Amino acid sequence: MERVKARPEPEIIEDVHHPLQPYFREERLPHIWCSGCGLGTTMSCFAYALRELDIGVDDVSIVSGIGRTGRLAGYMRSDSYHTTHGRAIPFASGLRVALSLVKPGHKVVVFSGDGDLFAIGGNHFIHAARRNLDINVVCVNNFNYGMTGGQIGPTTPQGARGTTAPFGTFENPFNLPYLAASCGAPYVARWTTLHARRLKDAMVEALSRKGFSFVEVISPCPINYGRRNQMPTGLEELNYYAENSVIRNFSDPKDADISVKGEIVVGTFVDEEKPDYFSVYHKFIEQIDDEK
Amino acid sequence: MLAGEYFFNGDVACAEGAIAAGCRVFAGYPITPQSEIAERMAHRLPRLGAYFLQMEDELASIAAALGAAWGGVKAMTATSGPGFSLMMENIGLAVMTETPCVIVDVQRGGPSTGLPTATSQGDMMQARWGSHGVQEIIAYAPSSPQEMFDFTIKAFNMAEQFRTPVMIMTDEVVGHMMERVVIDPEKIQITPRRKPTVPYEEFVPYRAGEDLVPEMACAGEGYRVHVTGLTHDEYGYPDMSLEAQAALVTRLADKIRKNSDQIIEYEEHFIEDAEIVIVSYGISARASWRSLALAREKGIRVGMLKLNTVWPFPQERIAALAGTVKGFVVPELNLGQIVLEVERSSAGKAIVKLVPHAGGGIHQPEQVLDAIEEVHQWRG
Repeated sequence: MERVKARPEPEIIEDVHHPLQPYFREERLPHIWCSGCGLGTTMSCFAYALRELDIGVDDVSIVSGIGRTGRLAGYMRSDSYHTTHGRAIPFASGLRVALSLVKPGHKVVVFSGDGDLFAIGGNHFIHAARRNLDINVVCVNNFNYGMTGGQIGPTTPQGARGTTAPFGTFENPFNLPYLAASCGAPYVARWTTLHARRLKDAMVEALSRKGFSFVEVISPCPINYGRRNQMPTGLEELNYYAENSVIRNFSDPKDADISVKGEIVVGTFVDEEKPDYFSVYHKFIEQIDDEK
Repeated sequence: MLAGEYFFNGDVACAEGAIAAGCRVFAGYPITPQSEIAERMAHRLPRLGAYFLQMEDELASIAAALGAAWGGVKAMTATSGPGFSLMMENIGLAVMTETPCVIVDVQRGGPSTGLPTATSQGDMMQARWGSHGVQEIIAYAPSSPQEMFDFTIKAFNMAEQFRTPVMIMTDEVVGHMMERVVIDPEKIQITPRRKPTVPYEEFVPYRAGEDLVPEMACAGEGYRVHVTGLTHDEYGYPDMSLEAQAALVTRLADKIRKNSDQIIEYEEHFIEDAEIVIVSYGISARASWRSLALAREKGIRVGMLKLNTVWPFPQERIAALAGTVKGFVVPELNLGQIVLEVERSSAGKAIVKLVPHAGGGIHQPEQVLDAIEEVHQWRG
């Protein structure tokens, strides 16, 4: 009796591509992100959002800063700009303004991490939100500096550990939706990478709005954050999200603080009509008296 | 673009030069003695359907200028010493990503907050070496409002031709000096952006031709370029190998070094019979004219080498002169920066005499004259 059954020859199917294939630089894959990281999920949610809105790769530019999330720009098939640490938003601001002169409908999306956008680049975030410049900011918040090895950052919940807080951080973290809303951002949402479909929907909404939009993505970093905070695998971090996330659309973002192992309030916090930078600019410019 | 004769200060002339060169995005942050450039741009650009951006700091200003350049327009930022220090990291990004842009530094006394309203040439070496890493820089040094206008146009042209940041290293006195500026649009040449000539499938974003400068595909033009400050290969993708670093950094330096004869500009006056040559730039060159005249009255044969570009440095010209003249006198509003280049280039073949000034004012004619006489009397 044969102990091993002969396997059937695998059927080779040619010319079948993943639906998101046009959006990625295949030659750059596989990516450098760790197993369990939420960046791959975030990137595919974004590609699905582009597909749903029928935004082609040539209709959107991706700008990122430095860090693990910063590398996302290098995997997207669009024009993509991997800039300096903290400066993705001002670079994107210049890009957006210039494009309004030559390609007005072109989208500019900033992808970066919590450290890049809110520590070294925090000043630029509040001003871009204040200006209501037409850019979409996606912050992948993994509560630490993953690329440099797990140092604490401006969103690390008080008491959580990192390599620069071996006894737990004693600082207070930013509540990002509250910060964005207080600066006047007309669209503010937060989801975790567990909420992939809702995250994609939020990206669709953000891309559909005129003006500044902000989507926070709570994302696992098992190697550098989870491992030091009793969640050493991506699955355990996702379980934490599953057990502790609460959807509260249009709740006051003031109540969306995140504590160690505490509740994560997710949902859309702000979605309002507001004149964006360009519409106000053009209104003012039309009133210029050429005699003066 | 304006046309005709105007009475402008140097800052305003610089802004007008930028507009004439095609600048359509200006991003800046208020700082003395540069603010008149930003104010002029805020007044002028909206009427041209263009954008003046007052950013939240100088880090944002230069980042926005770089972003605007990738959006397909010509862009500029302007600042003074403290802001120039803040811009250094992104000047490196501009070098690495080969982003054409113009950065104006209206120098003031330093270090630190120093003398906000008074002049200096203390940032000359910072322009060259301030951003980390291995790189070459192009920098102009205007000495009058007319040169502020003319050199700003040249700076934009060089930025486009060599895809690199170009600096205007001027100072408070030139920035605030009011003088006649003649604008003749027929004489103005504009260098357009170098665009790809092949379709997307054949385009290699960082593959350069003979002049070592690749073509630039901007956002939304269908070339799907990845632009990174990381060391990258010809396709623009990160490559951390020794070979990639050597290939990229060498090409970036060589595109300036090997084309330096197209970039370097200087003026020579009374050089033919000169035994002593004043080597200077910007306001210091201008202030030295009186000293040159006084020395000539005393029978000392003095000439002037006025550097219109300070970087790349005209080392070959200095080396050639060093073999024929007795010495160089180098007045500058610092305690010795460009004089180091003159010493290096003359390689001990001529006396090199610095006329230092700590900043806050300009040299008195006698100070430069004393240095000329000292070199004249020197018996080695």
